[in-house]
Amino acid sequence: MQDKSQPSRGRPSFNRRDFLKGSGAAVAATAALDAQREAQAAEEKTVSGSTKLTLNVNGKDHEVTVEPRTTLLEVLRYQLNLTGAKDLQDVAVDGADTVMIDGKATYAGTVLALQAKGKQIRTVESLAAGDKLDPVVTCFVKHDAMQCGYCTPGFVVATRAFLDKHPHATLEEIRAGLGGNICRCGTYDGITKCSLELAQKGGA
Amino acid sequence: MPERTVAWKPRSENKVLGTYVDRIDGVEKATGRAKYSTDINPAGTLFAKLLVSPHAYAKIKSLDVEPASHIPGVRSAYIFPGREPGGQILFEGHPIVAIAADTPAQADDGIKAIKIEYEVLDHFVSETDLAAAYERGRAKPQKTAQEGDVGAAIADADGTVTGFYGIHTITHMCLEPHGSHCQWPAEGELLAHLSTQNVSGTPNQFAQPLGIDAAKVTVSCDYIGGGFGSKFSADEWGVACAALSRQTGHPVRLHLDRATEMKIGGVRPSGFLDVTIACDADGKITAWDGHHWGTSGPDGGTINQVPYVIIPKNRRVRTTGIVTNCGPSRAWRAPNHPQACALTDTVIDDLAAEMEMDPYDMFLANLDLVGSDANEKDVYRRGIYAAEMEVAAKLMDWKGKWKGRGKWTEGNELHGLGMALHTWGGRAGGGKCTVRIRPDGTVEAMSGTQDLGTGTRTAIAITLAETFGIPVTAVKVNIGTSKYPACGGSGGSTTIGGVTGPHRRAGLEALWKIFDLVAAKFKVDAGTLTAVDGQVLSGDKKVCSWPDAARLVGPMGLEVSGEGPKDDGLTNDQVAGVQMAHVAVDPETGITRMVKYVAVQDIGTIINRKAAESQILGAMIMCIAYALSEERIMDDVSGRFINANLKDYKLPRIGDIGELVVELYEPDSEYSRGVVGLGEPPVISGGAAISNAVANALGKRIPVLPLTPKRVLDTLSIA
Ligand code: FES
Repeated sequence: MQDKSQPSRGRPSFNRRDFLKGSGAAVAATAALDAQREAQAAEEKTVSGSTKLTLNVNGKDHEVTVEPRTTLLEVLRYQLNLTGAKDLQDVAVDGADTVMIDGKATYAGTVLALQAKGKQIRTVESLAAGDKLDPVVTCFVKHDAMQCGYCTPGFVVATRAFLDKHPHATLEEIRAGLGGNICRCGTYDGITKCSLELAQKGGA
Repeated sequence: MPERTVAWKPRSENKVLGTYVDRIDGVEKATGRAKYSTDINPAGTLFAKLLVSPHAYAKIKSLDVEPASHIPGVRSAYIFPGREPGGQILFEGHPIVAIAADTPAQADDGIKAIKIEYEVLDHFVSETDLAAAYERGRAKPQKTAQEGDVGAAIADADGTVTGFYGIHTITHMCLEPHGSHCQWPAEGELLAHLSTQNVSGTPNQFAQPLGIDAAKVTVSCDYIGGGFGSKFSADEWGVACAALSRQTGHPVRLHLDRATEMKIGGVRPSGFLDVTIACDADGKITAWDGHHWGTSGPDGGTINQVPYVIIPKNRRVRTTGIVTNCGPSRAWRAPNHPQACALTDTVIDDLAAEMEMDPYDMFLANLDLVGSDANEKDVYRRGIYAAEMEVAAKLMDWKGKWKGRGKWTEGNELHGLGMALHTWGGRAGGGKCTVRIRPDGTVEAMSGTQDLGTGTRTAIAITLAETFGIPVTAVKVNIGTSKYPACGGSGGSTTIGGVTGPHRRAGLEALWKIFDLVAAKFKVDAGTLTAVDGQVLSGDKKVCSWPDAARLVGPMGLEVSGEGPKDDGLTNDQVAGVQMAHVAVDPETGITRMVKYVAVQDIGTIINRKAAESQILGAMIMCIAYALSEERIMDDVSGRFINANLKDYKLPRIGDIGELVVELYEPDSEYSRGVVGLGEPPVISGGAAISNAVANALGKRIPVLPLTPKRVLDTLSIA
């Protein structure tokens, strides 16, 4: 899949004087770079280099373009358009970006794309193929374990990975095991009930 | 012509209304298919980032964005109006420049390259220190309101409590940060995917500063990742995003980073109180003499509605707003109420302790002080409180468990109970809709509303399914764009009444037209017809199937508009509500554990029981958050919000909530009231209830929320 986030290059869209001028009025306050200027700047100061890489996501190989500093989350969201994993613009605390790497629940924002090479990456999108839904998804809906839904895909993946490891988890294990994700709307009660129901069925 | 009135069905005739219904967009949300503004990904989208002020109070001396133009990938810069040299910074995080670049990292590089100099001014960010505010000229003139004779009532009292109470500022902390994805599909036409609770109200907010017609702006928001009152506006960074997109000829996305989100995306203002409360020997509250203050940021507003719910006849209420260089406040779920409740029901609880009364009995003894005698709905509410308290007490086993303060130890934990009362209006918001009946019997609805998490789509589908006697899945609900008939913003618990009223009205009008056609064709009396289970019945005899009936409208189908609110009984306002908490505190660590937490809530006519219970559960968890852990911490020296990240700003996790019990209070008298909004009420009294439970456990009051382990230990260490 092509990198969708790469804008077409060389579009003469800006007049340098505007850029320098700045302005209070929204109408006039913007400016952009011209292609020549941009190429020159790239020569003067190399901030980063980009490289091609193959990642295995949801069972398929994808060629992506990354810089050393590009995270797996950025690649998933903006190059592969797998936007189920969310970016809360914070680091390693919230779990909205949870994916499975070789079966382990992992915050995709804490992994560099380069580090994910050669691994099996699974995102929330893999838990639904058309009408065929993972039991975790169905059970989240049944227990209304969502409100705004922004944290929900991360929680669904975390729950799937947790139940894969602990198919007969107890209430206490669920409370500890799903502590890596945050929900602001307060859907923990539904998530707990859903996980408990699935654990009583052997993790489904 | 049969006599026809707009109403909900008699309660016993409902098939889906009021039952447990899965949300119709649940699978979308749980699988990541639901697209939020952050997820809009057309090819060529640029990333925009902000340069924001690190200072709380400053003047911009010089600003040079030119160096950013040398950074590879940087496409465009936007200077916020008023932030040119000479411009003022009033709080940390104030946006100054936005940069659009090919990748997020390149945008960051561009921001770092900007040269800016500030003249740093003398900031003021202290919210609690009223004396300092006076000294620094930051206190606004005090307002005073007085009723009765406070001095005499206090002098005559059999019991008084004098004390200091407070509740700190918290942020909205929407998990989807504020922001948008903007593109210009044609010359002069803007498509903004905005994270907003106000789809219909925001196009003009883009149009005006951008100098285009509002009709040329489409705001779209299929899903929003949390708003809680903070996302009614396009915001200046929304306008920046649109402007950067127009200038570069590329789509642009601009969402606040987490720290900036917390600093400028909205907060709930603090409140602090010095008070004396008085009662007679029976625990009847006779007087309230209070002075409360707080800050909403640079505009120096503060909260109101103190005292709350129970309004003593003799009272003096003094209010002082403080002008600070803290990030500005925005409406936060039930504006004013959680703070007012936390500053009132804790004081009443302390008065009960002073009188050695069970606070349950003291609240009960004072229900005649709820609202005002002159207001019919206030008087009605007094009876609801009494009934709900009884239900809650049973669920909590309050009378079985209650011990006086500091008298209940189990193992090495101190246990306690607390309760509090709340109220909210929740009147239906303004709104319009179009309902379309296709000749095959399928139904489609369109309205420019949004789903804040309430389950708006499902509520509309239930309303129409009940009206036409068809399955919820046969209704296609379209919301989330300003192209549809305009609806009010989702705030103040106005949405469910605001959408179900118009859809029911439009649905009934369509149904009656179809009944007339059926009556003419099948020679039956239209007044006897009902639509149930996919059939049209006359009495209990089938006349035709629903699709056969719908086909009579002709090949073009039938389209009806609805609006609201109207005074026809579909919607109403004013609810009560009671919450009770049982906590256990570890005196060694200071950690408070939620053992059990009960909410009893009246809500008028229930549309979706499952979503209603979810709303209450979510609100209770938010109460636990602001009661026990979350707090904006401002550093007096630097003027900065020092815990502006998700790690240091503590929210409860899944293991921190204990047992939650929700009970909807719903005798037939509630069903017949009509729909009342539910979003706000259950988020109000939890703070006070939990604080009262902790005071009961420790034997003394922790004066301010949140009740962090440090505050618990500090309070315990004071003899
Ligand atoms: S459902 Fe909104 S953050 Fe979890």
